[in-house]
Amino acid sequence: MNEGLRSELSKQGVFTTTLQELYNWGRSNSVWPLNFGLACCAIEMIAASMARFDISRFGSEVFRPSPRQADLMIVAGTVTKKMAPLVVRLYNQMPAPKYVIAMGACAISGGPFKQGYNVLKGIDRYLPVDVHIPGCPPRPEALLHALITLQEKMRGEPLAGPAPARHADPSAPGEYPVPAYGPYDLTPAKNDELWRPAPLPRGE
Amino acid sequence: MDSPEQIKARVEAALPGVQLELRLNPAVPAESSLVVGPAYAVAVARFLRDDPALRLDYCSNVTGVDWLDATVKEKVKTRRRVAGEEQEVEETIERKRPGYLEVVYHLYSVALRHGPVVLRQRTRNRFESVQVASLTPVWRSCEFQEREVFDLFGVVFHGHPDLRRILMWDQFQDFPMRKDYVEPDDYEYEPTPHDKILDKARRHYPTGGAA
Repeated sequence: MNEGLRSELSKQGVFTTTLQELYNWGRSNSVWPLNFGLACCAIEMIAASMARFDISRFGSEVFRPSPRQADLMIVAGTVTKKMAPLVVRLYNQMPAPKYVIAMGACAISGGPFKQGYNVLKGIDRYLPVDVHIPGCPPRPEALLHALITLQEKMRGEPLAGPAPARHADPSAPGEYPVPAYGPYDLTPAKNDELWRPAPLPRGE
Repeated sequence: MDSPEQIKARVEAALPGVQLELRLNPAVPAESSLVVGPAYAVAVARFLRDDPALRLDYCSNVTGVDWLDATVKEKVKTRRRVAGEEQEVEETIERKRPGYLEVVYHLYSVALRHGPVVLRQRTRNRFESVQVASLTPVWRSCEFQEREVFDLFGVVFHGHPDLRRILMWDQFQDFPMRKDYVEPDDYEYEPTPHDKILDKARRHYPTGGAA
């Protein structure tokens, strides 16, 4: 059914949908985040869940304390190298479909600690991040915007076909290797299959 | 509160034979400190805590300092014959000072509302003789902070009840706050590097990563 016929039918009062749309509509409006915070961004995440900003308007108020019941990991705060393996393990324990929002300068790039020795230069070295939020810390509105962006992404995800959603793709990994504590750094220092350094702007 | 000189005199009267040195701070805050040898550290700490005039019952801060090997220049006045006449001449003497690690304790009295008294301990060198006495048995608040100094500077606290790393992971092998610490070589491109970061950028992107 093409879009023209569909809009014509809806004008006549006939509602049509597909299983994929219905399924994506349902799950995108009940994204259950994992209830954990790493640093000060978590305070903004808490503020977003409180009455003034009220993340429950978008169906995401059910913060789950267990990764087994969560759909969304909000990496809210500085990921130290000591914490990174535990964050990856939590992600691995979440059931698919699962999504990651990297919230704040530290979680997306290391932030002010980027040149230090003990902070990960972004959680996207180990996890597939769906939405990045800049800011230090981002306002609750920014988190809500990220959630809406994620919902739009989820609604557009095909469940079958040549490029399906990650959870519907049997070849996509559901778990990612947990880095080990090395004598000087995490080993490996990044997941090469997931993350490569950005090319230089002048094409060096 | 007593002046540091008076405190030193009182400690020496109470504990005969104690190794205690007064380090005057010539800077404006003039926070002088007492340097105590490891053999007497716990006894001195107990005295400072229990003495009725001091009652330093609260150790607010424990921190480490890394002193590298250094050449110290000192000006010494000597009398010498210059051109047949005896004169007072200023000479500059250079001497090598071997490096050491230092632990600094800031002590306050909550009961008498005074402080801080600064107590310092030094290790013999920076490599194998890095033991000092733990003051956790005297002030319980030292426990985590001494663990932190152990973690980041590698000072071994003798008598500490639970000396483990606290910030870095247990398998970590270096001491990041030492001045000769070499951090992992994991520079990543950034648009506006400066200072030390610029050196790193030039090393990793020799043809324009700094741009």
